[in-house]
Amino acid sequence: MAHAVAERAAHRSGPTPAPPKRRRFSARAGRQDHAGPVTYVVLVVAALVSLFPLYWTVVAASSTDTQIVQPPTELLPGSHLIDNLKIAWDQVHMGQALINSTIVAGFVSLSTVLFATLAGFAFAKLRFRGRNGLLTLVVATMTIPPQLSVIPLYQIITDLGWVGRLQSVILPSLVAAFGVFFMRQFLAEALPIELIEAARVDGAHSLRIVWHVVFPIARPAMAVLGMLVFVQSWNDFFWPFIALNQQNPTVQVALAGLGSGDHTIDHAVVLTGALIATVPLLLVFALLGKHIVGGITAGAVKS
Amino acid sequence: MATSVRASADGSPPPARPVPAPAPAPPGTPGTPAGHSWRSRLYRLDLKATPYAYIAPFFVCFAAFGLFPLIYTGWLSFHQVELGGTAQWRGFDNYTRLWDSEFFWNALRNTFSLGVISTVPQLLMALGLAHLLNYKLRARGFFRVAVLAPYATSIAAASLVFVQLFNPDYGMVNQLLGHFGVHHIQWEADKWPSQIAISTIVTWRWTGYNALIYLAAMQAVPGDLYEAAALDGASRWRQFLSVTIPSIRPTILFTIIVSTIGATQLFGEPMLFGGGLGVSGGSAHQYQTLSLYMYEKGWQNGALGQASAVAWVMLLILLLVGAVQLIITRVNRRKLGG
Repeated sequence: MAHAVAERAAHRSGPTPAPPKRRRFSARAGRQDHAGPVTYVVLVVAALVSLFPLYWTVVAASSTDTQIVQPPTELLPGSHLIDNLKIAWDQVHMGQALINSTIVAGFVSLSTVLFATLAGFAFAKLRFRGRNGLLTLVVATMTIPPQLSVIPLYQIITDLGWVGRLQSVILPSLVAAFGVFFMRQFLAEALPIELIEAARVDGAHSLRIVWHVVFPIARPAMAVLGMLVFVQSWNDFFWPFIALNQQNPTVQVALAGLGSGDHTIDHAVVLTGALIATVPLLLVFALLGKHIVGGITAGAVKS
Repeated sequence: MATSVRASADGSPPPARPVPAPAPAPPGTPGTPAGHSWRSRLYRLDLKATPYAYIAPFFVCFAAFGLFPLIYTGWLSFHQVELGGTAQWRGFDNYTRLWDSEFFWNALRNTFSLGVISTVPQLLMALGLAHLLNYKLRARGFFRVAVLAPYATSIAAASLVFVQLFNPDYGMVNQLLGHFGVHHIQWEADKWPSQIAISTIVTWRWTGYNALIYLAAMQAVPGDLYEAAALDGASRWRQFLSVTIPSIRPTILFTIIVSTIGATQLFGEPMLFGGGLGVSGGSAHQYQTLSLYMYEKGWQNGALGQASAVAWVMLLILLLVGAVQLIITRVNRRKLGG
């Protein structure tokens, strides 16, 4: 997917076999231009604005509360990171929260990828009655905010005794419309219908086709979707905040507890919590950022 | 992965189950008469039913956790109900109470103003950023990942960090503004400053993400359109307005819809921005959104019926916004077609 985008871009920026007179004009075309100094300045500023709050989180998480509330603000990391980590760990169930978030995000992304690939495959390549209408319905469900369902959901999980338990957060997010749509867009282009027909002629039944034809081709998109869903699920706040509690929180819920609990608020500790919540995802981004960027852009081109 | 696939095979209806024979013959292949018809019937069932089996998980999940609660919320909105208690029919009481409630209108206004100041600048900046990222760049990958980094930060983490940056007494924003002669902006206590601060959190988190979406759309614009425009003597700015923007209009509309939905349900940012006062949206409710108002009604006052009414008002607003956007798209399309 990312590959296709890159290829298209490369194709475009390649040399134009135009006569010299024309090339003079075409060189003015926006997309073929090299960036000027102003562009770089603006982009560097944008990058700084994007990254500075993250950098400052590190600074604050390694200072003391007094240092934070005393202007002028320190701009270099201090030496209190370990102490703050310990306090944050004691004040809320941070260790449990990290484990919970990993379980929830892992489970949700695995199941979303699986179900979204199956549904995306059906919508992209299989013929059945009501296909277009149902696909429109899938897209339409994306517009319904979670606020519309939290009250009955909360009553249900109360009745089931699931308040504060992880299944209350996992079950409602087993598969998301966004994922179905994303995989459909990818498979519509990437999966040649001939491959499926050939497999059918060979006598493969549908599950076999999914396993041996669809999954291998969908793998890059599945990986990207998995990462996107993991990020979303890890960062999800509204429903976990309602369904879980400080005894058994996800990282985001624990973080809210640090920021507004009964204890005196130590800003350095709060920001240490923010750091703990962010670092795992930033690591993922540092390692796989290129693919995530490719995934976001590829999904958009085809929408 | 393998285990979960197998699990789904077991869960799907019989037609989708793997056929016991290792390589079932395709229809038309000679075999024993009985085996033949059995297999071809199975094959046809497989062809017909499998698509529904594949899309079933989504629709089951949506029916259980989306549609049913949505309708049930509507039902609740006509009742007086507390958690664990029985519901009592109240007709339109909850809605008329909302209508009469100053706090509801306040929340509605705040949701609207927060939505506008968090979405409009965000999408405009994302467009500009995408345009710049579309140049031939050194360190292209770095810039893309850098502007996307805020997207990896959670609402909770980002909000708690910005609370510190916007602290009126020691926050870095006021320190910075101090150098320009602007002093002591009350980023939490005053209405507009607090809404600007909260919008900043939203804008910070989403601008890069939207920029990348625009960038992808821009890269799909055929290069000869630009060449033609350049031949006609169009300046870069003119090209951006007359070629880029119209070409990526569907993408722009898509991001507008997504951001509008996001803005309507704004919850975590204002809540955590307010610390202990978050749920009420500040001491004077100066940044209480509809979502916060709903949470306050339902979980602090225990009035689930009223909270449900707020939720349905949100749905109606979204439907209204959706209808307006649909009309705009139609009109646009007609313009382009004619």
